[in-house]
Parts: sequence; structure tokens; C-alpha cells
Amino acid sequence: MAIEVRIPTILRTYTGGEKAVSGDGATLADVLADLDSRHPGLRERIVDDKGLRRFVNVYVNDEDVRFIGGLETGLKDGDTVTVLPAVAGG
Amino acid sequence: MLVIDQETYDAIVAHARRDHPDEACGVVAGPAGSDRAERFIPMVNAARSPTFYEFDTHDLLALYREMDDRDEEPVIIYHSHTATEAYPSRTDISYASEPGAHYVLVSTREPDTVEFRSYRIVDGVVTEEDVTVVAALDPA
Repeated sequence: MAIEVRIPTILRTYTGGEKAVSGDGATLADVLADLDSRHPGLRERIVDDKGLRRFVNVYVNDEDVRFIGGLETGLKDGDTVTVLPAVAGG
Repeated sequence: MLVIDQETYDAIVAHARRDHPDEACGVVAGPAGSDRAERFIPMVNAARSPTFYEFDTHDLLALYREMDDRDEEPVIIYHSHTATEAYPSRTDISYASEPGAHYVLVSTREPDTVEFRSYRIVDGVVTEEDVTVVAALDPA
């Protein structure tokens, strides 16, 4: 099962500069774990011990996963995961 | 140094004034790698707050997809401070995630004085830079 994961500029240091990488897994958590095996450190920039980091947005296709199941969001072949740091501040 | 045309500069300041006392935010996009701030894109502050700003999550996705399709990047990321100086706050620094962007801060604390300053924020380190306002950008 191939899931395309789109990587923001700031995290491309983990992907050798690639804008998108391919992952495998039935849920977002599985795909992130799979990616971490080839791109060590990437997962930790997206999740912490409490779950998705507050200021990193993750989308499956057009939906922010916070609204559709978080790390347990189910994925199917051909889905696209997009990671985007929030643009935020005080 | 940030080079910005007068029309874009004025549009950023007008947006900041309009949304005062809440913080205003947005982007000026340009061709990837060009460092040319060409396309002014005001964004909604989903936090609607005088002390915080955040792009709406779905607007953020749409913005980055559009820039990707056009082979653009955010050349400027701007927001306003409505009661403090135009200098990045601790939260601005900790959430800054575009090391290639000019982070523009506008303060609207004084109704008749414009504070417009620009910074690089890389790995938590803030470096202020000069701002040069030109009538129009040189032809690409």
C-alpha cells in the first residue's frame, strides 16, 4: 500500500531534500513509524509523547487529521498525507 | 535585506490597521528561489486575538497547494503586534518554520506611526535586516 507523504521545507533535511516520500501502513501512526525507519528523526518532529504536535498540521487528502481521527486515521492506497507546520505566533 | 515595493508595503500596513486590535497575518509569495515578494496574500487570523495569530488550518493547506502549483514559496510571512514593538515574540520564534522567509512585523500600537521591521528566524535565532521600499521591483 503506497501512501504519498508531502514534506515541508523545514523537514526535508530528514528526506535528503525530497518534497515527497512514500510510506506504508493502515493508519497515520503506522505510516509515520514506517517513514521513521528510513528517515530517522522525522516522526519525532511530527508527534511527541502526547500525540500530534500542536503546531504541526497533518492532512489526509483535504482533511486535517485532528478532525477525522488523529494518529488513528485510516489510510488507503493512493491517499496523500501532507505535513505543514502551522503559521502561528504571538 | 528585504526589498519590497510600495504597494505591497502599504497593503501590509493597511491590513494590520484594519484588523487592529486583533493581530493581522499573511504572506507575500514569489517564485521559488527568487527572493521576490510579488503576490500579496492576506490571511485570516483564525485565533482572532490581540496577542496571537494562526492561519486557519484549511486555508493553510490551500495556500501551500496553490504556491506549490505555481512554483512559489512564501517570501514574506507577516503579522502585526497591536500593543508591543515590532519584534518577534518568544512564540513567534518558537513556531517560525520557514528559514528562507523574511518575517515582517508591523506594530499598530501607535495610531499615526508605522513600525515595519523584517527578520530572519533560523533555528531559534533572530536576525534583523534592513527594509528597502522601492516604487516597483526591478523586472525579473
